[in-house]
Amino acid sequence: MDATPKKKTRLVKTIRVDVDKCNGCRACEVICSSFHASPRYSSSNPERSRIRVIREPLRDIYVPVYAGEYTAAECSGRDKYTIDGKAYDECAFCRASCPSRSLFKEPDSGLPLKCDMCESDPPLDEPMCVQWCLNDALVYEEHEVEVTEEDEPQTELELGVESLVDKHGLQKLMDTIARMKKKG
Amino acid sequence: MRFAETGFNLEVDLSTGNIERVETDPRWTEQHLGGLGTSSRILWDRCPPEVEPYSEDNLLIFAAGLLVGTPAPGANRTVVTTISPQSLFTAYSMMGGFFAPELKHAGYDKVILRGRSPSLVYLWIHNDKVEIRDAAHLRGKGANEAADLIRAELHEPKAQVAAIGLAGENRVRFASIEHGRSSASRLGIGGVMGDKGLKAIAVRGTKDLNVARPAEFMELCNGALKYIGVREQKPVPGVMPILAGLGSPQEMKLIDEEWHTTNFMWGNSRTRRRDFWTKEIEEKWKGTQESVRKRLVSCYNCPMKCGATISVPGEATYMMKCFSKLTYTMAAYSDLDFGFRIAQRATEYGVDAFSAPQVMAFGLELLEHGILGPSDFEGMPADNEGRFFWLLDRIVRREGIGDALADGTYWAARKFGKAAEELAHNNIKKHEQLPLKLGMLNPVYFLMYCTGEKSNITQIEGQFPQAPFATMAEREDFVKDWVQVPDDRFKKYLLDWEFRGERANPTYPTVEMSCDIVDWQERMHHIDDALGMCAGLSSFPLKPPYHIHNYPAFISAATGIEVDEAGLTRIARRNRTLLRALNVRRGLTRDDERPPDDHWKKRFPDLEQKLLDAYYKFKGWNLRGIPTGKSLNELDLGFVAEDLRKRGFPIDDDTAPSPQPSGAAAEAKAAS
Repeated sequence: MDATPKKKTRLVKTIRVDVDKCNGCRACEVICSSFHASPRYSSSNPERSRIRVIREPLRDIYVPVYAGEYTAAECSGRDKYTIDGKAYDECAFCRASCPSRSLFKEPDSGLPLKCDMCESDPPLDEPMCVQWCLNDALVYEEHEVEVTEEDEPQTELELGVESLVDKHGLQKLMDTIARMKKKG
Repeated sequence: MRFAETGFNLEVDLSTGNIERVETDPRWTEQHLGGLGTSSRILWDRCPPEVEPYSEDNLLIFAAGLLVGTPAPGANRTVVTTISPQSLFTAYSMMGGFFAPELKHAGYDKVILRGRSPSLVYLWIHNDKVEIRDAAHLRGKGANEAADLIRAELHEPKAQVAAIGLAGENRVRFASIEHGRSSASRLGIGGVMGDKGLKAIAVRGTKDLNVARPAEFMELCNGALKYIGVREQKPVPGVMPILAGLGSPQEMKLIDEEWHTTNFMWGNSRTRRRDFWTKEIEEKWKGTQESVRKRLVSCYNCPMKCGATISVPGEATYMMKCFSKLTYTMAAYSDLDFGFRIAQRATEYGVDAFSAPQVMAFGLELLEHGILGPSDFEGMPADNEGRFFWLLDRIVRREGIGDALADGTYWAARKFGKAAEELAHNNIKKHEQLPLKLGMLNPVYFLMYCTGEKSNITQIEGQFPQAPFATMAEREDFVKDWVQVPDDRFKKYLLDWEFRGERANPTYPTVEMSCDIVDWQERMHHIDDALGMCAGLSSFPLKPPYHIHNYPAFISAATGIEVDEAGLTRIARRNRTLLRALNVRRGLTRDDERPPDDHWKKRFPDLEQKLLDAYYKFKGWNLRGIPTGKSLNELDLGFVAEDLRKRGFPIDDDTAPSPQPSGAAAEAKAAS
C-alpha cells in the first residue's frame, strides 16, 4: 500500500470584501436580486438579495455580508464587535439565515437565502455583485487548494460521531455504543 | 401587469387622516412617463391657481421616477412637487439617496399629501400598512436626529426617512426636506411640509419591481455601467477638474477649489476674490477637509461618490455634497472649517444651503446700510462666524429679525422698502441664485436662467460645454466621440465657437443655435426628472452614459411601452409645456423671465429680447411666453388650452392683453 495519499485539488471561490472601499450604494443587492429572479432579471428587490450591506451612514458603518448556511436554531450566545471604535450591531458579521433575525429570508415565504456565487450555465466570469461593484469593495478570487483523499467530504453521520468523540472521548463513546447494543 | 412602475399612488389627507391606495391610469405613463411629468399633471388637475402655498389645498407630492427601483444605475431620485411659498409658482426639488427606491418597493410610485394635520405627525409606510403617527415628541428635533429616532421607535433600521427640521416646522420659505446624504432644498418645499404638520415620512418596502423585457434591459444597464467605468478613467481635458467627470461636481473628493473661490462671489454675492486661492489656503483646506471627511458615499445603485460623511469634532456627524461645501464659507468671508461646522447645524435645521447663506449675508448688509438698526440685532455676537450662527438660530425659529429673514431675501426686502430691495439683488422669480456675477453675456445661459421653470442652476448645466475650447485641436478632440448630441449640427456649433471675434459670446452661438442648444438641455432634464434618473449621469455633465439615443431603448425595455427618439422628445416637450402652463396659470409673465440685473457686466437688451422672442416661438409659445392653443393641441394638451382659454389667457391671439394674473393677487396676499 502506498504510504502517501493521492493529491487532489479543489477550487475555492472567495469574494474579498474591503469595507473601506464600500460607498454604500447597494448596487450589489440590486443586481443580486435581479440575477436570481425568475425569469432572470425580470424583477429586482433588495430584500431577496443574498448579499446585504449592513449600513449605518452616520456611524460610518458599511459591511457587505453574504448569505451563508441556514440554521434551524440560533446560537446560544451572541457576539458584538467593536472595531476601530465603531460598535457593530449584534451578529452583524454573521452570514446565517437564522431564526433570530429577518436577514436572508425571502420576504414572502420566509425561505432561507444563500449565496451561490451566481452559479450558472454557462458560468459567469465573476459573480454579478462583484461585476457591479465599480469601487472594488468586492473582488472575486479563485484559488485551488490541495486536498488529500482523507479530506474527502465526511458523511453527515461521521461528522456527528466526530463531534461526540470530541466532546466525550472515543472510549466513552464506544462503551456507550456497546452498552446500547447489549440492551438491544 | 405594470412594469417599472407600481401603478399605485398613496393618497393621504392629513386633515381627515384618510389614506387611500389608488391605482393610476397607465395612459398617463405613456403621455408623461412618471416623476415630475405625472406630478405636474396631478397639480394641473387638482391645484387651481387660487391655491396658496401654505394652505390645506396645496398638494405636496413625493414621486419616485419611472425607472427608480429598476437596476438602471443612478435611477434613484425622489421628485418633490408643490406650490412654492417662495416663488408662488410650481416648485420641484429633487433628492437622491434611498427614499424613492424604498417607496417603489413598498408598492407606490407617489405619495400625494393634502390637507393639514391638526398636530405634528409623521407618516409610516410599511408595504400595505400605512399609518399617521404622532410626532409631538419630535417637535424641534433636527432632521437627521428625527430620522434616527423614528427608525429606533419603529424598530426598522432599514426604513428610509425624509424629514424636516425646525426651519420646515416654522415654515421658513427656504426650508428643505432632508434625507441623509441628500436633500430636496430649493423653493421652500420643507416649509410646505411643515405647514401640513408633517414632520417626516418613513418608508420600508419589500416588494418586487418588474421590468418588461429583462434580458434586453439588463444588457443596456450593463452597458451603462461599463461606460461609467471607462468614462471615469477619461476625464474631459481642458475643463475645470470639477466639470471633467460624471456626477455632481466632485467637491467632496477634490480639494482644489480655485475655480469656485476665485470666480464665484463672496458675501451676499458681492465680491470676487481673484487672488483668494493660494498655496497656503490649499494646504489649510486640504487639512480641514481630510480631517472631517470620513468616507465618500453614494446614492442607491450608483457607483459615483458625490457625497461624503462629515464628522467635525464636537458636532454630530452629517452628510454633504457638492457646492454646499462652500456656500456658508463664502457668504461669511470665512474659511472651510467654519463652512463644515455651520453646515452641520443647517442640515439639522433643514435649510437650503444656497439660499440660507445669502439670506444671512443680506441681513448683515441691511445692518451695515442702516436699513436695520443695532436694536434689530440685539444679542448678536461681535465675531463674524458667531453672527452667522446667531442669525441661523433666529431664522429657523422666526425669532426677532429672523422672522422677516425667514421669508428669504425677496420677501424680507419688500418688508423693509426700496433700499432693501436693491440689496436683494440675486434673485430670479423671487428665488436666490448661485452667487455668480460674470462678464460677457452667454446667450445659452441667458435663456436657461430666464425661462427654466425650475428657476435655478441645475436647469442650466448640461451636456453642451459651458465655454468654448481655446484651440481647434481641442474642439476636434472633444467632438470625435461626442455620441450624446441629438444631431451633428451641435458639433459644428462647438467647433465654430470662439473666445473672441465674430463667433464668440454674446452673438455666437446665434439666436437660433442658442434656442436649439437650450431645447436639447431642457429635453434631457425633463426626461431625467420623469424617470428619476440622476442628472449627474445624464443631463448635467459632459458625455454622460444616458442620452437621447439610448434612453428610448431603456424606457421601452423597462416598461414595455414602445417609444423612439421622436416620441420621447414629444413627451419631454409635453411635460415641459405643461409645467409652463401651470406657471402661466399662476401668473408667470415675460417680465418674470429676467436674470438679476448684475448677473453679467455686459448686457445687450436688444439681443436679449430677440433671444426670448425666438425661444418662445421655438417652443410654440406666444411673445408673452404663453403656450399657444395650437401647440397645446399638438401635444395632446387640449384640456390645458381649454382651461387657459376659459380663464382669459390669450392663447389664440397674441395681441390680446393678459388677464390680471392670479399669481399677482396671491403675491399681494403673501406679502401682507
